[in-house]
Amino acid sequence: MPIQSLKGVFRVLLLVAIFVAGAWSYATGVIEEFIFYLPDIQFLTMEHLWLTAISGSLAILVAIPLGILLSRPSMARWAESGMQVLNIGTTIPTLAVLALSMSLLGIGVVPAVFALFVATLLPITRNTYTGLKGVSPALKEAASGIGMSPAQRLIRVELPNALYVIFAGIRTALAINVGTVPLAFLIGAGGLGELIFTGIDLYNPLMMLAGAIPTAMLAIMVDALIASIAFLVVPRGVNPARRAAHA
Amino acid sequence: MIRLDNLTKVFDTPKGAVVAADHINMEVPTGEICILLGPSGCGKTTTLKMINRIVRPTSGKVFIDDEDTSSLDTQTLRRNIGYVIQQIGLFPNMTIEENITIVPKLLGWDKAKYKERARELMRMIALEPDAFLKRYPSELSGGQQQRIGVARALAADPPVMLMDEPFGAIDPINRAVIQDEFLKMQQELKKTIMFVSHDIDEAIKMGDRIAIFRDGHLVQYATPDTLLAAPKDSFVESFLGEDRALKRLNLINVREVVSTNFETVSPRDSLESALQTLDKCGYQHAIVMVNEERQPVGIIPRAVAQVSKGSCHDYAQKVPAVVNVNDDLRKAVSLMLAHDITWLPCVDDEGRLCGHITQRAMTHHLGARFRTQQATAELADPMAEE
Repeated sequence: MPIQSLKGVFRVLLLVAIFVAGAWSYATGVIEEFIFYLPDIQFLTMEHLWLTAISGSLAILVAIPLGILLSRPSMARWAESGMQVLNIGTTIPTLAVLALSMSLLGIGVVPAVFALFVATLLPITRNTYTGLKGVSPALKEAASGIGMSPAQRLIRVELPNALYVIFAGIRTALAINVGTVPLAFLIGAGGLGELIFTGIDLYNPLMMLAGAIPTAMLAIMVDALIASIAFLVVPRGVNPARRAAHA
Repeated sequence: MIRLDNLTKVFDTPKGAVVAADHINMEVPTGEICILLGPSGCGKTTTLKMINRIVRPTSGKVFIDDEDTSSLDTQTLRRNIGYVIQQIGLFPNMTIEENITIVPKLLGWDKAKYKERARELMRMIALEPDAFLKRYPSELSGGQQQRIGVARALAADPPVMLMDEPFGAIDPINRAVIQDEFLKMQQELKKTIMFVSHDIDEAIKMGDRIAIFRDGHLVQYATPDTLLAAPKDSFVESFLGEDRALKRLNLINVREVVSTNFETVSPRDSLESALQTLDKCGYQHAIVMVNEERQPVGIIPRAVAQVSKGSCHDYAQKVPAVVNVNDDLRKAVSLMLAHDITWLPCVDDEGRLCGHITQRAMTHHLGARFRTQQATAELADPMAEE
């Protein structure tokens, strides 16, 4: 009962806070300013999403097969060293990767996509690899024992059972990706970074927020999108979210 | 039929070569259950897994129905062998139906056929098809999961099954139930089964033959009764346990020991005639009274017949216990111990009296095995006495 009433109190406080913020922003002209930036926000959001979509899907297309390859028994000898190389790859700050990428590929979209791709690759590969390695040996033995070929075993047993972990990797990776895209502006690839960095340079906090708030919202939306795809795609029997819903 | 011909497995370990199975030769006749038994690390599981090539043999051959399996490719070989493992290994991402039908699907059956097969199998393992087929393994109990594991192995009706401690992870009560269900199924299915176990009681209960392994060698391969009556060496003897003679009680039916030569009285007889019959037949304790359907309805103890007069009907006492002729001796002994008696009336499935069994007859029957054995030993080795 006290918890219930506390919740009610918080809800009222939240509504009041939103109202106050809205009133304040209206009074100080923030909303007008935002509307002024709206065409920019729309255009740059599209650019931002394109960069994420292209680099993200490239990373998924490369990382999952790479993770599968590293998890195969014949690769056991190379797998850990392979993962170490990728680990070192992620310890390099994204900004440095962008700089390196720029010095190799010049400025524009291509080096940006490449740098984002590199930054996104590891979480997906690592989760694919860990997920597949985590499939219980008993399941693998049962699959082989009833006469599945290695490919059938991978597709029908190993991947479905690792899918939840793989999706977790994709979520992390794309959240990083969306958050990193603003840096791509620095090497001339556009995106919401244009508003953020220009805002900082001009000491215009509203312009900066016009870039930062949509970026944050994009990150949350992409995460929610991947989460709902995972909810639908991961088989019910191995999907903790859906199992809880059914219990 | 499964025949192993000099099957050998040598593992290369950092500490040097380890011989896990050393020239194993054995044959399991069609329709029989062979239990591979031994302490852990004795090579029984390795031997089993060489049959479906989960472990690749170093040398030697496996024949299934006289066909050399080395000529088959691995997937074909495995799809024609049912495989049940201790960890059950149901695929959690698939429904029960998908789990059961996976081998028929791999073999390319059409949809209607494998769907019907799934329902048939569910009925066979006594699980309601409509209630279970669409569920996921995580929603089932351990015992139910292992039943599904067995059903999956049976799905494509393979002639041969390999079972690696299939009931090892199930609690004792459920295990006994599943063992009984499985034996009942086997009576109809007549599969040729290799079954790894480390539980001697399970082996005696399930096995038509038992193969005892030690350090990669097949020590003794015999029927459970032979094994218990005549263990080959001290290792087998100690592995079977000191109460191995008692374990034989499980293997012998009352039918084999029952004496059908006996007299009874009817409720209308007088106590005097009952006493006469008791004396004539030399029964020390009591005589059984039967009704018109020959069902035992009471007993007349000798002491009562000696001191009282009247009809049997008035003086009969309750029958302390009866044993079915199809029960094993273990149950007969248990009833005798529970009621402090040395004999029991035996009845058939309709409850009609068909004989009696005494402690003396049982010890005699069990001992016969040892007496012939001693006699043969003495014949073979006349100097043994000295």
